[in-house]
Amino acid sequence: MLTQQSVYEVSKKDRRFVGAHLLVAIGALSVGSLFGPLQAFEWSGLDLYGLLEPLGLGDYYKGLTIHGVLNALVWTTFFITGFLTLVMIVGLKRPLRYPTLNRVGFYTMVVGLVMAAIPILAGAASVLYTFYPPLAASWAFYLGLTLVVVGSWIEGYGFYLTMAEWRRENPGTRSPFIVLAALITMVMWQFAALGIAVEILTMLLPAALGIIDGTDPELGRTLFWFTGHPLVYFWLLPAYISWYGMLPKQAGGKLFSDTLARLAFWLFLLLSIPVGFHHQFADPGVPVGWKYIHSILTYGVAFPSLLTLFTVVASLEYAARKRGGRGLLGWIRALPWGNPVVSAQLLAGILFMFGGIGGITNASYSVNLVIHNTAWVPGHFHLTVASATTLSFFGISYWLIPYLTGKPLWKPKWASVVNWSWFVGMMIFSNAMHVLGLLGAPRRTELGKAPYVPDEWSGHLFRMSLGGAILLVGVTLFVVIAARTAFQKRRFAAGEGVEFPIAVSMRDPQLTPLWLDRFRPWLIATAVLVVVAYGPQLLDQFSNASFNSPPISP
Amino acid sequence: MTETSHDEAASFEADPFEQRWIVVSLILLIAFMVTVTIAGFALGFQVPGAESRVDPRTVADSPPWNEPGLRDLGGGEYAAYVISRQYLFDPRTITVPVGSSVTFYLTSIDVQHGFLLQNTNVNMQVVPGEVSRLTVDFDEAGEFDYICNEFCGAGHAAMFGSVIVEADEGGA
Repeated sequence: MLTQQSVYEVSKKDRRFVGAHLLVAIGALSVGSLFGPLQAFEWSGLDLYGLLEPLGLGDYYKGLTIHGVLNALVWTTFFITGFLTLVMIVGLKRPLRYPTLNRVGFYTMVVGLVMAAIPILAGAASVLYTFYPPLAASWAFYLGLTLVVVGSWIEGYGFYLTMAEWRRENPGTRSPFIVLAALITMVMWQFAALGIAVEILTMLLPAALGIIDGTDPELGRTLFWFTGHPLVYFWLLPAYISWYGMLPKQAGGKLFSDTLARLAFWLFLLLSIPVGFHHQFADPGVPVGWKYIHSILTYGVAFPSLLTLFTVVASLEYAARKRGGRGLLGWIRALPWGNPVVSAQLLAGILFMFGGIGGITNASYSVNLVIHNTAWVPGHFHLTVASATTLSFFGISYWLIPYLTGKPLWKPKWASVVNWSWFVGMMIFSNAMHVLGLLGAPRRTELGKAPYVPDEWSGHLFRMSLGGAILLVGVTLFVVIAARTAFQKRRFAAGEGVEFPIAVSMRDPQLTPLWLDRFRPWLIATAVLVVVAYGPQLLDQFSNASFNSPPISP
Repeated sequence: MTETSHDEAASFEADPFEQRWIVVSLILLIAFMVTVTIAGFALGFQVPGAESRVDPRTVADSPPWNEPGLRDLGGGEYAAYVISRQYLFDPRTITVPVGSSVTFYLTSIDVQHGFLLQNTNVNMQVVPGEVSRLTVDFDEAGEFDYICNEFCGAGHAAMFGSVIVEADEGGA
């Protein structure tokens, strides 16, 4: 308790460094988000791409690539690395051990982003954000993405070295929960990204440079999804850090269980990687036995999310009852809904519950064939990365930007409008997408041009584009609020300000068992499980690989 | 306090409600596992597996892929060999009588495609170098579109074909 009360003052230089991450993140979001509604409108018969033709953005699939890369990869990665940097500094109450290393990481990411953006805008990388071979993009696209990943790794190394120094300075002290959770997120990401690194460096980049004649597309898929599924946990876990470690404080309570919170994060490290074949249930070239094993392990990774549901709701109920809430469910009304920081995260959590149920469906082996590559899938991940993650990041931004800049949030009531429009828009959009998927509508298709669309879909297509329009209003307003907050002249008066929210645990974290604060056993277990669940099939696909599928431009 | 005293006092402790929730969660997940296991292995709702490998550059030159289309295997069973390429399925239409059991074999000679047969459980990724296989029983007459549901390039939205299931003329 005592240690968490003392305030650590983050240096101006470090605030600017974190702020630079947010600037790129929100910039990417503001551009990428424009293309989402354009796609929705196109599906419902309102093709606006002609208007963008003079800008060279009239191509549906170029726009879809921009939307996926900027929103799912850039907005997330830059926000996450920036947010976690601050979590490390404030959580450990010390500056980064090697600040230059972290700056090298950040600028590597920026260079990578620019390098990937040029071919995308030039139309030389309209391969969507999954870039499945043998669809070919410019070498600069692959190299740029590689640099973004490598840059995020370098920032992670900076975190590890900072943690090692803190351990030396604080022997016998349990690491703060938010710091442990930030480190687990980074470790998981570095482990997981190996798949995509191998895919790009051994196949895609050499093929794009003409060093090899072709690729093995199925091997590419297996390597991609080795990274692809844990990638969604890289997006999700920073939101969980806020839900567990900050939201209870913001709602006026405490973290219900430090022990269970740590256990959940360790289980995410352990189980988020060996589940990738659940994205390949419909694939040839992967035996059904491995698909089945990954299906079972995917139920395993649902377990820490169920733990999270309990702990977060219990923490919120404690806060609400302290605020005078009563009744079996009546306490929910006593939560501080008027605070946009809180309501963003509560609404994100509600949307994520629907996302979780859909996720169980996706993971359910043969049931997956009903929805594979249909509109259901983007319907699903707009509830996860575009809601649980994105709406939580909106909520975090409402205190983080004031914290970094020393300027009050511009029009907090409008921030509440952002949250509710995102919630309502996403409910309409994602419900329509799920239904369309069940009716057989394909995803990532310029559906307005498709000759096979039955009349039965039209009502749902309209609802979907209505949801998209509401989401466009929400995200536009968010970007305006973020910009007006950061670039206004007004500053906090003396005595005002925003504090970094750290929820105190009900039980002293020192009483959390040591095995929940040690990396080695969990890293070993993770490595063993990945080798067991992926090793034989990867070995088989590598030893039978034929690089005979020549690159083809879309 | 010293480190030792912390570690002696430290223990794994969960609230009684939390313990119950953990048990409920585990039962729920085990029920899901049992359900998909029974559906997949006892009732035969299966996903595509590792069928066979081909060379995408030459596959269309040799049997059976040099003559894509339907093969009557007798007894109401058929095999349909379908080649996918930017931006069409070959053949574009497949006609079978009602009551047929059709095994679809697909491969691609260029990029990845998808094969989603509307209103059935057939949904396959079509990957160059691999053969995808699934079987479906057509118990009702009608027209079933198969559409490409993996992005394959600029003309992707136009890529589809149809299975025409003809009613039994003699009356069933």
